Amino acid sequence: MNTKSIMIVGVGGQGTLLSSRLLGSVLTAEGHDVKVSEVHGMSQRGGSVVTYVKYGEEVASPIIEKGEADYILSFEQLEAARWLPFLKKGGKLIVNTQKIDPMPVVIGTAEYPDGVIEAIAATGTDVTSIDALPLAVEAGSSKAVNVVLMGVLAAKTDIAYDVWVEAVKATVPPKFLELNLKAFELGYNYR
Amino acid sequence: MAKELMIGNEAVARGLYEGGLRVASSYPGTPSTEITECISTYDDIYSEWAPNEKVAAEVALGAAIAGARSFCGMKHVGLNVAAEAIFTGSYTGVNAGWVLAVADDPGMHSSQNEQDSRHYAKASKVMMLEPSDSAECLEFAKKAFELSEKFDCPVILRLTTRVAHSRSLVEKGERNDIGVKEYVKNPQKYVMMPAMAKGRHVVVEQRIIDQTNWAESCEFNRVEMNDTKIGVIASGVCYQYAKEALGKNASYLKLGCVYPMPVELIKDFASKCDKVYVLEELDPFIEEHCKTNGIEVIGKDAFSLQGEYSQSLIAKTILGVEAESVSADLEIPGRPPVLCAGCPHRGLFYALKKQKVTVSGDIGCYTLGALAPLGMIDTCICMGASVSALHGRNKADAANEKKSVAVIGDSTFIHSGVTGLIDIAYNASNSTVIILDNSITGMTGHQQNPTTGKTIKGDPATAVNLEALAKAVGINRVRVVDPYNLKETENAIKEELAAEEPSVIISRRPCALLKYVKHEPSLKVNADKCRGCTACMKIGCPAISFRDKKAVIDFTQCIGCGVCQQLCAFDAIEKGE
Repeated sequence: MNTKSIMIVGVGGQGTLLSSRLLGSVLTAEGHDVKVSEVHGMSQRGGSVVTYVKYGEEVASPIIEKGEADYILSFEQLEAARWLPFLKKGGKLIVNTQKIDPMPVVIGTAEYPDGVIEAIAATGTDVTSIDALPLAVEAGSSKAVNVVLMGVLAAKTDIAYDVWVEAVKATVPPKFLELNLKAFELGYNYR
Repeated sequence: MAKELMIGNEAVARGLYEGGLRVASSYPGTPSTEITECISTYDDIYSEWAPNEKVAAEVALGAAIAGARSFCGMKHVGLNVAAEAIFTGSYTGVNAGWVLAVADDPGMHSSQNEQDSRHYAKASKVMMLEPSDSAECLEFAKKAFELSEKFDCPVILRLTTRVAHSRSLVEKGERNDIGVKEYVKNPQKYVMMPAMAKGRHVVVEQRIIDQTNWAESCEFNRVEMNDTKIGVIASGVCYQYAKEALGKNASYLKLGCVYPMPVELIKDFASKCDKVYVLEELDPFIEEHCKTNGIEVIGKDAFSLQGEYSQSLIAKTILGVEAESVSADLEIPGRPPVLCAGCPHRGLFYALKKQKVTVSGDIGCYTLGALAPLGMIDTCICMGASVSALHGRNKADAANEKKSVAVIGDSTFIHSGVTGLIDIAYNASNSTVIILDNSITGMTGHQQNPTTGKTIKGDPATAVNLEALAKAVGINRVRVVDPYNLKETENAIKEELAAEEPSVIISRRPCALLKYVKHEPSLKVNADKCRGCTACMKIGCPAISFRDKKAVIDFTQCIGCGVCQQLCAFDAIEKGE
């Protein structure tokens, strides 16, 4: 079955849900069969969150398992390492270099490991790391990190630029449109 | 019409709308909540949040008997609460269609147990349909009204988290509003006292026979023949997992109606396959049906009773194949969910920790108070149990009643905490109940409730006055504190524990994530004053971390609640601009 799988991972409250909505809208516009699976609820805030996006001619299962993802887009370093085993051999990982201490680290019962991105690269994984926060701030708001990251992902797929732009327009409230389009562009042109 | 991406819950709502739904009443519960939230966006449907699932089910049944197509949705544990209405509603039957939805949570993403609600269908003798994606959610919900009326029976839609919360493509259709049917007085059917109920039980048993016959050839059960070495019997998302794992290498009997189940259809399918697997999460419900009817299948001998299934689990178990994967050479700390920065529950739990009390807990965001570093919940059982279990504890161990409290949210208190409080007042235990009133149903994602003064649509409504309610049931000592004020909160807890009679403390502060709540500028640590004593870390605020032996506050998270400031003996935490 010719299905592509994208995972979006991060920390509850980082805006991963908007990204999956945006992605769903792009893929639907492209005429694919699409399934998006996510976990809802306020109680997920601060916890590890994951969204599965799958598309192709016909998608059966809505979830992605170990060794199945073509792309993983991680909003946070540690989460990239946590979900790395879900990446397919030859898959691509995009990671935002932001670090958020999980509660066991905050209270001193665990340590945030050093050299996370280096350790991921050492597995032979194709990894792109980006500090999206300054780009989001440049676009006009620290909250636009998610759209910057979508831009980075977009540039790695074979879906046309215009389709993404239309999806941003359809997903974002009008008063934040300009800001988000700029954020998307900064991510898209990131090298 | 163009196809749209919808989560299963939204598609259920759309199907109910198209099927002519007129009255909906539910209580929120993950993963079912969005069904009723989406229903509330349709102006031609009356919708409401009820105080609990029993009330909601009764409202919906009342509407159905009166002649309006009605709905009630809940999570699996909510079905336990609604069960009384459903078991007898199975006897009365309906007038207009009565459809219920129950969302199970295999894997417990957001639940306190992993019960399999299909047993309720069998126990209450009510038809149960199980969709496997959003398109089926819409179609099954829509057709459920006709089935309910055809068989004069409630119909339950069973979802699981992966169906309820996955988006897939649906095609919308037109609404079929049948109006309000005539209600004809019929005590033999609707007054369930022994003489009449005996007659109705006969009807119920005949109905199951009729429905079983119907299930042999109904459109909801479907056979797909491919390679016959492996046969799969599945329903819901397990069918999707199986399709992905096995594709054309297996044949499928997909059951859309999981109660009652056909017999001949399954026998016929099984006879055509070399080996038949039943793929179902949780209990061996379909498997036992097969085995009872002498059909040889493999189920729980090969698969777990716990957690979710997946395509890879099925591929590994049946085909023995596994995908390759890599791991980084790192120790990766866990990341459990936490109380948000600025959460009003945090101050209250800190105050409780200082009193070293035993805490009878309940279901809500505040259950997270059980986790380190607060660690201040001793028990969490079910909705409302904090209050009644505290009463039981105090009756069992009166010597320690001044060292134990109950904590319960505003919505949970209305759901079923108030009945426990009545027990405390009536049967006189010296219990201290703390209502965490954050002015919203928080954990399920901000739903209105009878204490918030707003309806599901956001219109003004009568608000329950918690102080007056506690007094009215017989509690004399009722007081309100602000949990952002640690001293005031601590004093109130101390005094009420010392009192020689039951008391209620209302810890009142709206959820920090509510749109109308004004945030203060984020606080910052004056590094010159910070001695690195870690006192501020004891409250487990996600905005505070420790870098280079000093506390640091993350400005993107901090909302300036000021609780940490009250813990700093060196005035190192300062107001931001």
